[in-house]
Formats: sequence, structure tokens, C-alpha cells
Amino acid sequence: MDTDQLIRSLAADNASRAPRVGAVLTMGLLVGAPLSILIFATFLGVRPDVMSAMRNPFFDMKFAVTLSLAIPAIIISLHLSRPEALMRGWGWLLLLPVGLLAVAIGSEAMMAPAMPMTMRLVGKNSRWCLSAIPAMSLPLLAGALYGLRHGAPSRPALAGALAGLVSAGLAATLYASHCTDDSPLFVATWYTIATALVTAIGAAVGSRVLRY
Amino acid sequence: MVRARVRGREDEWTGLMRSAMAGDDAAYHRLLKAVTPVLRAAARRGLARAGQPPDQAEDIVQEILLAVHLKRHTWDSEAPFAPWLFAIARNKLIDTLRRRGRRIFVDIDDFSETLPGEVPEETASAAEVATQLGTLPQRQRDVLQSIAVEAASIKDTAAKFSMSEGAVRVALHRGLAALTAKLRDH
Repeated sequence: MDTDQLIRSLAADNASRAPRVGAVLTMGLLVGAPLSILIFATFLGVRPDVMSAMRNPFFDMKFAVTLSLAIPAIIISLHLSRPEALMRGWGWLLLLPVGLLAVAIGSEAMMAPAMPMTMRLVGKNSRWCLSAIPAMSLPLLAGALYGLRHGAPSRPALAGALAGLVSAGLAATLYASHCTDDSPLFVATWYTIATALVTAIGAAVGSRVLRY
Repeated sequence: MVRARVRGREDEWTGLMRSAMAGDDAAYHRLLKAVTPVLRAAARRGLARAGQPPDQAEDIVQEILLAVHLKRHTWDSEAPFAPWLFAIARNKLIDTLRRRGRRIFVDIDDFSETLPGEVPEETASAAEVATQLGTLPQRQRDVLQSIAVEAASIKDTAAKFSMSEGAVRVALHRGLAALTAKLRDH
């Protein structure tokens, strides 16, 4: 087929309209979310002392950290779904959760320690944290990748990594309501390791499935 | 001077793409015709810079055009068209060179008897789309063939295959999407 013929067929298909990447990403996440919530409800559940925990600012801080990861990651991944988009000028958004954690660690250090530092760091749930966050992330990661496939990212591995951050941020938000370790030191260590794992998976899968 | 001319050309593209997105099929056709020589030159240059013969430039051009078509919803109509277009073109060129890199490695053994500089000429200027077209489901292939090669309208194509115009449009769009997927994955 010569190029003029191809162009003719493309022009004939001009009326076809695709939905926006944001709409497909939202749909993908909404399809993945019930599965993640099912995993949460089956194996984890909200911690029993949640009412009193809510009076602890370090409990609330966990949600601020995880959502300040998930929401900017959604915004950046949508930005990167345009082929000409650059990461420059957007990456600082990902420093939000890092900054929040730093402030939280600083304020905890200034208070009289309720527990020794090693105990706060290691906590009681580190192993759970490392398996539960990735497990709940996977359905959301699949949904995010499905949504971003509708875009045209120039760097598929980077876009996949962002999908990993989105799903890990959302899964960690669920996990935070289960976990009784509220120390920012615990969050900075174990949530970060779990997130890095999911991000690596996202990058590896994204480099294959996000090519267009 | 040259710069002003390039700027003028790119502004014209942006205007045509806006009209196309607003439903003007003729503007879309004109836009694709206008960008093709620029894409072709870029593809040849890219192949030459990678030390590759230019004979597959047309395959790259067609892959770029298909990607432009299927990803045009990612273009922001407030933004200029050229940077978006060239980003897609660059990605497709890099992809192709990467794929060819592997194939070239195999080809070196196959053509070890060939004299240096003696490059087999390709008969068809764009073989890959034509090849993949043959692997599409019958209905999609018929519709694409009718509209692309025989230059029939959607209406005439519908009459010819006793299909509804809607069914022709669906088959055309699915055919183009399937073609793109096959080119990407093969």
C-alpha cells in the first residue's frame, strides 16, 4: 500500500473519536480498586482502635503521605501520556511525600519517645507491610497501565514507574488504616521499600506494554 | 527567513489539525499530505545517521502516520501541532532502528557474501503495511482495500459489501488499529 492510499484511509476514519486518557485511567483504577479492597477486607481490615488512633497526628500523617504520593503521581502520569511531554518541571511534585515524611520524622524526634527508636523503626508489621502493599497494588497497577496504554508516552518505562507510584500510593492508603505502626520512621522505611518494589514492577511491565 | 517559513508552515499544520478535530475530513487529509514529505526526509536522515540504507524510510513514515492517527486524542488543541508530531516521529524512528538493529545483526550472516555497499533494493516502497494488511480479518481487509486502494467512499464501500455505513466505519477503524498493533509487535 502506498502512503497516499494509507492517508486516504486515515482521513476516512477522521470521525472516530477516542476518550481522553484521564477517563480511561479513571476507569482502569475503578476496575482495579474493588479487587484491592477485597484483598484488604479479606486479609487486613481496619485496625480495631481506629477511633482513638485518629486523635494521633502521626496516624493521620500516614494518609497525608500516601495521598501526596498517589495524587501527584496521577497528575504526572497523565502529563507524560502526551508524546512531547517532559518530566522537567514536574518531578518536584514527587518530593511532596518526602518533605512531609521529613517534617514528621523531625517532629517525632522532638517529642519524648514513647518507644525506643529501633522499635519504632522495625515496628510489629514490617513483614505484613512489605507483602500487603504490593499485593493490594497489583490490581490497581494493572488498571493504571491499562489506562496509560491509551496515551502515547515517549518513555514507557518511566510512565510505567509512575503507574507503580500511583498504585502503591493508593494501596498504601488502604494499608495505613490497618497498620498499627504510626511512627514516621516506620513509614519512611517499610512503605518506601514496598513502593520501590511496585514501582520497579511498573517500570518493567510498562517498558513492554506502554509502547505504542 | 527559513525560520519564518518553518514557523508559518507549522502554524498552518496546527490550524489544519484543529479543523480536523472539529470534523473537517478534507483538512485532515491535507494535513497528512503536508506532513508526509517532512516525515520522509526525517526518516531518511535518521536512517542515514544510523548508517542504515534509506529503503525502509517509507515503512517508518507509514508507522508514524498510523500512530499520529490513533493517538491524536493526546494532542492538546491549545498546543502547537509540530512538537507533538515530531515527538511521535522520533519515538517511531528510534523504535524501528532498535528493531532493525537486531535484524541487521542476523542479516550480516545472511548477506556475508554480498559485496560491501551492495544493498538489495526493495521493490515495494512500503512493504510492511501491505504484508500486515494480508493478516487482517477478511472484512477489515476488504473495507481498507476498498477505501485506501480503490479510493471508494464509505458510502460506496457500504453498498459494495451490503454493509451499513456504521459497520464500514467500525471495520475501517478496527482495521487501522489492528494494523498498528501488528506493526508494533512484529
